[in-house]
Amino acid sequence: MAPTSSTGAAVPPRPTRSRRAVWGERGIELLIYASGVSAIVFILAILFFIFREAAPVLFSDRFSLTQFLFSTEWYPTSVSNVRYGTLALSAGTLAVTVLAMVLAVPFGVGGAVFLSQFCGPRLRETLKIIIELLAAIPSVVWGFIGLTVMSRLIVTYTGTPVGVNVLNGGIILALMSVPIIVSIGEDALKAVPDSYVEAALALGVTRWQLVFRVLLPAARHGLLAAVLLGVGRAIGETMAVLMATGHAVQIPHGILDSVRTLTANIAAELGEAPAGSEHYQVLFLTGVLLFAITMLVNLAADLIIRGARARK
Amino acid sequence: MSPPPATSVSARFTRTPLVVRKERQQAAVRLVLLAMAVLMVLPLLAIISHLLVQAWPALSWEFLVDVPRRGMTEGGIWPALVGTVYLVVISLAVSAPIGVLAAIYLNEYARDNWFTRAINLAVISLAGVPSIVHALFGLGAFVYAARFGYSILAASLTLAIMTLPVIIASTREALAAVPAAFREACWNVGATRWQTIRSIVLPNSISGILTGVILQVSRAAGETAPILFTGAVFFKAVQRGDLFPYRLTDQCMALSMHLYTVSTQVPNVREAIPWATAVVLLGAVLAVNAAAIALRVWLRNRKRW
Repeated sequence: MAPTSSTGAAVPPRPTRSRRAVWGERGIELLIYASGVSAIVFILAILFFIFREAAPVLFSDRFSLTQFLFSTEWYPTSVSNVRYGTLALSAGTLAVTVLAMVLAVPFGVGGAVFLSQFCGPRLRETLKIIIELLAAIPSVVWGFIGLTVMSRLIVTYTGTPVGVNVLNGGIILALMSVPIIVSIGEDALKAVPDSYVEAALALGVTRWQLVFRVLLPAARHGLLAAVLLGVGRAIGETMAVLMATGHAVQIPHGILDSVRTLTANIAAELGEAPAGSEHYQVLFLTGVLLFAITMLVNLAADLIIRGARARK
Repeated sequence: MSPPPATSVSARFTRTPLVVRKERQQAAVRLVLLAMAVLMVLPLLAIISHLLVQAWPALSWEFLVDVPRRGMTEGGIWPALVGTVYLVVISLAVSAPIGVLAAIYLNEYARDNWFTRAINLAVISLAGVPSIVHALFGLGAFVYAARFGYSILAASLTLAIMTLPVIIASTREALAAVPAAFREACWNVGATRWQTIRSIVLPNSISGILTGVILQVSRAAGETAPILFTGAVFFKAVQRGDLFPYRLTDQCMALSMHLYTVSTQVPNVREAIPWATAVVLLGAVLAVNAAAIALRVWLRNRKRW
């Protein structure tokens, strides 16, 4: 039973719990504490283990970090002259991500505005459920759609010989990141204080003026965070871009060029790189690079959200 | 000074050119935004219907329970289906308890100090780690360092760490939705912190917690990259309809991996097979999600506080 304390002059014997109950509770609280710390343990473990595999090559004489970051020559299996330059891969990631955001941001923000201001509660609930389902489609299914449906559409309408390219990957990634932008963006719009909205309505503004002059400026930090989270997802996405962007390691000159991204490169080559080889270590180093990029993007988004919240 | 007739005022007030322009602008914006919203919804419907049409010739009960035949160009997907169930069950058996306990710590025990902020930061970072980096981690930590080898165990643990931050976040939200007054009432009758959590907080939030966990079932089932190098294989010989074909240390097939394989790696696959695999995977994922959403809606409707 629960312990009770009393402060009378004649203190009755304090009800006690069995030793087992007390120790059981202590054990469970220890478990809870350990689980609470687990997130820190895991994030450090991820950093430690991918860095551990990558470290030998990073500190070897034959490897140059400048070449790794700024050379476009990626010939990991060349017999005579092995070169590990990831600039073309970074450019691929950048091209696909930028195109995806150009497509997804207007739709995402527009969708968030529509959901929060221009539709009734019924339609809103329905649309939110559909967007949630859209977000649940596995990336390999998106990749498959890019590989089959989208590439055929692109070949038909643009006349390009190969349908798996930046455009294809960009569209697929846009479809994948729109749900995140919509849901976080809607939260940001909802967080605008009611007094702002009421003040504007009292001046006789229309809905559109309300959105354009009051809500969007007031929610700009939250919307920026939503876009950053979409960027984070687009950079980290693997299977969809692996299947939809083609496999050409090159700096793209147009949206109809095939590229390969940092993530797709790891997925495509790790299976063939013998464990412990230089190639294998360089792929892990690419992983460290990816980890750093996505971490920065996500932390920036978090800081912006937190900053926006603190200002209120 | 007599006021002007009311009708003329109201007419002048409502139909000035400015008002007309505002109304037109408003209508145009509404139309554009509606079009955008429809354009977001259309892909889902278009994708599902197109997949179904293409997959129709291969979809049957046989397809589900048969094993792949003739170098995976014919036959069914049974080993992949069972493999996915293995991976999902084991990964969630690990991540759900840890995630729920971690959320309990963050919501019920943690004080607002630097340590808690560090945990929050770790959860956010963990949620943002790309799936292929999880794969690298799984390979480095579980396959090599822990010597599990390429196995269901290594793949499941990798998936578990990937699903953990989302389970923490959703569980926390469910716990935070329980009013503080409930806890205070319980403390006031002399219950300890854990007794309060067990008898008040958890029963009042269990549906919300379950919803979050169920959503991760579909995520774990759909992910490919984390299992690509930790335990999933292209092909594994399995008896037709065998319910327990794998051991923990075996490699296994998985639906998501199988879709990747038959659509990119295997030549001369029967046309409808990749489509049918995609339909089964997508159907399973969407069904699980729909169940979670239905649970959430039902829960919201019967909530009394």
